[in-house]
Amino acid sequence: MEAFLHQLLGGLATGGIYASVALALVMIHQATHLLNFAQGEMAMFSTYIAWALINAGVPYWVAFFLTIAFAFLLGLAIQHFLMRNLRSTSVLQLVIVFIGLIVIFNSVAGWIFTYTIKDFPSPFPKGYLFGQKYLSPHELGAIGVTMVVLTLLWAFFRFTSLGLAMRAAAQNPVSSRLVGIRVAWMLALGWGLAAAIGAVAGMMVAPIVYLDPNMMAGILLYAFAAALIGGIDSPGGAVVGGFLVGVLENLLGAYVVGNELKLGVALVLIIGVLLVKPSGLFGSVQVTRV
Amino acid sequence: MSAVAPVAASLSPGVSRHRLQWTALAVLLIAACALPFLVSNYRTFQFTLVLVYAIALLGLNILTGYNGQISLGHGAFYAIGAYVAAILMDRFGVPYWATVPIAGALCLVVGFLFGLPALRLEGHYLALATFALGVTMPQLLKNKALEHWTGGVQGIVIVKPDAPFGLKLSPDQWLYLFTLAITVLMFVVGWNLIRGRVGRALVAIRDHPIAASAMGIDTARYKSLAFGISAMYTGVAGSLGAIAIQFVAPDSFVIGLSIGLLTGIVIGGLASIPGALFGAFFIQFIPNIADQISKAAPWAIYGIFLIGFMFLMPMGINGAIRLGWARLRHRLSAQRKGG
Repeated sequence: MEAFLHQLLGGLATGGIYASVALALVMIHQATHLLNFAQGEMAMFSTYIAWALINAGVPYWVAFFLTIAFAFLLGLAIQHFLMRNLRSTSVLQLVIVFIGLIVIFNSVAGWIFTYTIKDFPSPFPKGYLFGQKYLSPHELGAIGVTMVVLTLLWAFFRFTSLGLAMRAAAQNPVSSRLVGIRVAWMLALGWGLAAAIGAVAGMMVAPIVYLDPNMMAGILLYAFAAALIGGIDSPGGAVVGGFLVGVLENLLGAYVVGNELKLGVALVLIIGVLLVKPSGLFGSVQVTRV
Repeated sequence: MSAVAPVAASLSPGVSRHRLQWTALAVLLIAACALPFLVSNYRTFQFTLVLVYAIALLGLNILTGYNGQISLGHGAFYAIGAYVAAILMDRFGVPYWATVPIAGALCLVVGFLFGLPALRLEGHYLALATFALGVTMPQLLKNKALEHWTGGVQGIVIVKPDAPFGLKLSPDQWLYLFTLAITVLMFVVGWNLIRGRVGRALVAIRDHPIAASAMGIDTARYKSLAFGISAMYTGVAGSLGAIAIQFVAPDSFVIGLSIGLLTGIVIGGLASIPGALFGAFFIQFIPNIADQISKAAPWAIYGIFLIGFMFLMPMGINGAIRLGWARLRHRLSAQRKGG
């Protein structure tokens, strides 16, 4: 029972990480109707910036917010200078551009910061809190940060006129432009926000998995699965999906198929769910007019 | 250009285009046959791999280009083809040429069966499902239960076949010609398939599934069939690749292979047969070129190539060539009218 609880809570902790990356994916999807495959590598690169800042003697929280600002500008720039100028809008061609971005970020990070694995500091205290020994303060803190980000986002989209404008621009670009929304800038803003959320996720995950150029690859895959199982148009669903995938992965690895096959089995299970509920657990059903 | 103009002017547009295409094809084929006698054995081996990739890309193009179903897991079918060839040769002493059709047939069945549940999934969801297939395959191949057959992490080493009938060819030259013959066969079959009833049905399903089924096309059957045929092509390519490289191991078939194949069809040109060949050249040679440009960050150069191609040729290499050709014709006919 003790071991089971440990696995379950450990799953929740990694699930929090998946949830925050999944959240970033859903965000960019809401703003641009694209799934950004390069999200993970952008987050990894931002985390390296944070590492460089902290190493240069900048206090953690200053570096944290500077990195978020950097990631925001990075996302903005990619949309404004690269994606906006693509002549074609075919999904497959965009996917290839994303793959190009992935290898560029990965390679440049390895080139500047080398491929050796680095320690990344945690802002939270060491040791165990509240008399339990299942979740480290960092894991609890990461879950807390995810929740704060989710709440802020929800409030942003629900209560601010800028959030409303962004939703409108994604849903109906032509009508939005007619009522005076600058659609291109809304898209860029969406990219910036998503990159910023990704950077937060990267800084939260780096103390657990250690910092190296390939740290986000596996996490991005789980985050994708989480976003799809929760419903690609539902931020809350992405968070639930993230925790679900984390727990599922841990329990399957510990009790059913062993560590080697857990990734495959987790994905097969997720696809099983999607076969029954094609738009995810919390996604809205898409109806097409004939 | 002035030398071309009178020839083009003397023929009616349809005939000139048709005849030009056949001539170009014949020249290409002769050049392809002569190639192994002109370059080193290592280059010949590289060109064998180009042919292997071309078959795989044609298969993926049937599924993704013509039928509109995205696959991020075709490396799995490639791996199945490669392992079938290797196991048959290593454990059962089957001759190398006989393993190719067996690998194709097995992949046809596996692909068809995978295509059945995949019918319910579209777009991102299908990408995830096929991605799962691509990710799981190397793990399955490493699995302890299958180690007796697959050789586990170590993989299987196979012997390179010699040229038969006492031909005075190096093994590399022979394998190249053998692969070339199968490539030509697969391309002719693919071309006929796409031009005919099946191909039209696949394109109709891609462009408007509801209209297609209203016209009496059994969309479910054709979509699973597309998966099966596509997997068969990729499996044949996998078996040929294994014979050429003489080695299979789980780490040769990681997800990067699947992504590379998808990259190949988009760069080469979606829904085009020559595009498969262009894409094969891209995945075989561009990483080497990138490595020569920058030793420090070769993949960054590769990424710049990818993005650059998408900016300059959004319809792929084949699309760019067609566009260039159309512009040339337009200019020629304008000249003729003016003069």
